[in-house]
Amino acid sequence: MQHAQAYYVPSPSKWPIVGSVALLFMGFGAAFLMNDIPAGPWVLLVGFAILVWMMFGWFGEVARESEAGKYGPQEDISFRWSMSWFIFSEVMFFAAFFGALFYMRALSVPDLASGATGEYLWTSFKAGWPVSGPGIDETFTAMGPWGIPAINTLILLTSGVTVTWAHHALKHNNRGQLNLGLFLTIALGVVFLCLQVYEYVHAFHELNLTLGMGAYGATFFMLTGFHGFHVTIGTLMLIVMLFRCLAGHFKPEHHFAFEAVSWYWHFVDVVWLMLFVLVYWL
Amino acid sequence: MEAVHGHDHAHDHHHPTGITRWLTTTNHKDIGSMYLWFSFTMFITGGILALGIRAELFQPGLQLWKPEFFNQLTTMHGLMMVFGAIMPAFVGFANWQIPLMIGASDMAFARMNNFSFWLLPPAALLLASSFFVPGGATGAGWTLYAPLSVQQGMGMDLAIFAVHIMGASSIMGSINIIVTILNMRAPGMTLMKMPLFVWTWLITAYLLIAVMPVLAGAVTMLLTDRHFGTNFFNAAGGGDPVLYQHVFWFFGHPEVYIMILPAFGIVSQVIPTFARKPLFGYASMVYATASIAILSFIVWAHHMFVTGMPAAGQLFFMYATMLIAVPTGVKVFNWVATMWKGSMTFETPMLFSVGFLFVFTMGGFTGLVCAVAPIDIQIQDTYYVVAHFHYVLVAGSLFALFSGTYFWLPKWTGHMYDEKLGKLHFWLSMIFFNMTFFVMHFLGLAGMPRRIPDYSQQFADFNMIASIGAFGFGLTQLIFLAVIIKCIKGGPKAPAKPWEGADTLEWTLPSPAPYHTFETPPVVK
Repeated sequence: MQHAQAYYVPSPSKWPIVGSVALLFMGFGAAFLMNDIPAGPWVLLVGFAILVWMMFGWFGEVARESEAGKYGPQEDISFRWSMSWFIFSEVMFFAAFFGALFYMRALSVPDLASGATGEYLWTSFKAGWPVSGPGIDETFTAMGPWGIPAINTLILLTSGVTVTWAHHALKHNNRGQLNLGLFLTIALGVVFLCLQVYEYVHAFHELNLTLGMGAYGATFFMLTGFHGFHVTIGTLMLIVMLFRCLAGHFKPEHHFAFEAVSWYWHFVDVVWLMLFVLVYWL
Repeated sequence: MEAVHGHDHAHDHHHPTGITRWLTTTNHKDIGSMYLWFSFTMFITGGILALGIRAELFQPGLQLWKPEFFNQLTTMHGLMMVFGAIMPAFVGFANWQIPLMIGASDMAFARMNNFSFWLLPPAALLLASSFFVPGGATGAGWTLYAPLSVQQGMGMDLAIFAVHIMGASSIMGSINIIVTILNMRAPGMTLMKMPLFVWTWLITAYLLIAVMPVLAGAVTMLLTDRHFGTNFFNAAGGGDPVLYQHVFWFFGHPEVYIMILPAFGIVSQVIPTFARKPLFGYASMVYATASIAILSFIVWAHHMFVTGMPAAGQLFFMYATMLIAVPTGVKVFNWVATMWKGSMTFETPMLFSVGFLFVFTMGGFTGLVCAVAPIDIQIQDTYYVVAHFHYVLVAGSLFALFSGTYFWLPKWTGHMYDEKLGKLHFWLSMIFFNMTFFVMHFLGLAGMPRRIPDYSQQFADFNMIASIGAFGFGLTQLIFLAVIIKCIKGGPKAPAKPWEGADTLEWTLPSPAPYHTFETPPVVK
């Protein structure tokens, strides 16, 4: 049965080259912006606008192809493999930053306070965690785990439940529950992001915790920042799924786009648990 | 079913022409060709930069360039050759050959395939234009080590974004390749029946997906250290420049296998064909490839023996590195055993593969020398290292790419290439390659540091020989270009199977391979 229908090979498409142009503009724009060239923000903005246009166009085309029944069982397997490998690549991206965190906590910070470095160069520097660095005179307060981060943990875990509930509803063709489950997941995602923004504002203004606060500041903001960025992407994808559900897309046996988004959502959930334990708590 | 089939392939009858065809194509052969032409363009560009380096080093003293510009030349030569020439060339081979060799109609994600390719020209533009911004291109070396890379000008930012974009291209391309191999094989083509080129690419793609994001992470930390006040690589902020090296080489060492495993795959197709014998030890080849890939994750710090590592760390990374010689030795043994008592002929593809075997193995041996920590401490950052990695990258990856190009050109173009010119290309490449790089071993052992535009008098003779060799090697590649253009334009008609000993699926197709192939999958016995 697998080969009864020829594998779907899409017709020539303008979207990839549109995306390349977008990234070309964004690359130059970002480089200009960071080097104070006045055109920078505008070039970046144009690139970003083209990228958004490309995503609407390209993903819209994929959604239409899916609804037109062009993806059979073999295509479905391709999508499953590709999403799994994509998430693996994301895991490796976060691994680089977790690696930097472990390296700083376990190696570079203790090394700076011990041996000849600690004895002659930075005599007053005490290793430990949280810490900024021997050359940073300003002090900061670390982010405690049991306030907003704990609430955020509960929010994300709950959103994992609601998205699974929505998925079950989709499989049982219960569209009302599906839409409600998705809506709740999105709402929880948005609340998480709002709390995260609040936490950052709090960190900046009351804890003096910024990107410049050495080892702790850099790893804290880069890890939670990239996670927050991924939650934003995940929430946007969930919103797209909600609109597609409201438009009557997906069938109980054919809805991989939905599943892919839920895999992604569980992935950001797991990353958060790692963050909660390794960045906020320990 | 017929109706569905006809509908799905409606595009067969009206695909765009002219430039639009290339911009919008979803055909794996079109995309493969674009990858190959792009990589050749970058090969020439990076080659010209290399000649800039060799021209300066022709004689001691500063002749042509300021030291800063010399550093930009070495850096951009490395970046362009690694990310622009070698890697895309292998992806071009993967695009052309994997669907043909496993009996698939196209790549699993034909539209994303186009995106993977078309991300490369913008990245190349970012890199190339960085020469013209204030401060010029980055001169931090292709490894972009901190703290130098934190201090450079805008060219560094352009390089960082170029690396990001090329990384995205690699990850998408690799996902496409893995999914194609896992899900698009013709019925009966079990994993252990796959041609070895397909196996090596499956494992390479896995490596790429595992480490390209780590490189993205490394250059992102660089970017935030440069512009957003973080202190990842700054001791005053609790960070460490050595951290950059760890993260970079966690990517960088698998990366060198990314650039050589598909070369092993090509050689494993070519040698059995021209020895007219099946590949010796197919299964052990597969396991050796997988072992190399797995070991590649635990050897990265052998690039950092002089950074002040504990002795236990040095010993671990030294022995782990030497362990890689075992699966690599298995491979070399198998290639030799394949040729043993074979009915060998030496057409250009075979010449390049046998040449590969000789010269790459020498690069492997110098790799073992570099792996020994006490020796490496002596030769770190000398021309010995430059000689070593050019033996594996030029005589290894590049010669395998040449071999594969001559091997499959008849299938791609429908014409036989000019055998005389091909052989001339091989012999001149071989001679000039060794003339350029063999002497660098002596320079390195005598203590000549790499990435320095001037040198002490005693290095003058060998440098002059290397420079002459380099210009010879560069000019020789024009022969390669001429052979290809000649072959595309005409030449004797190629039969479906121009090589007597070839037995993979692509040779069951007519030459040139039609625009769409294996729309109905073949059945493999």
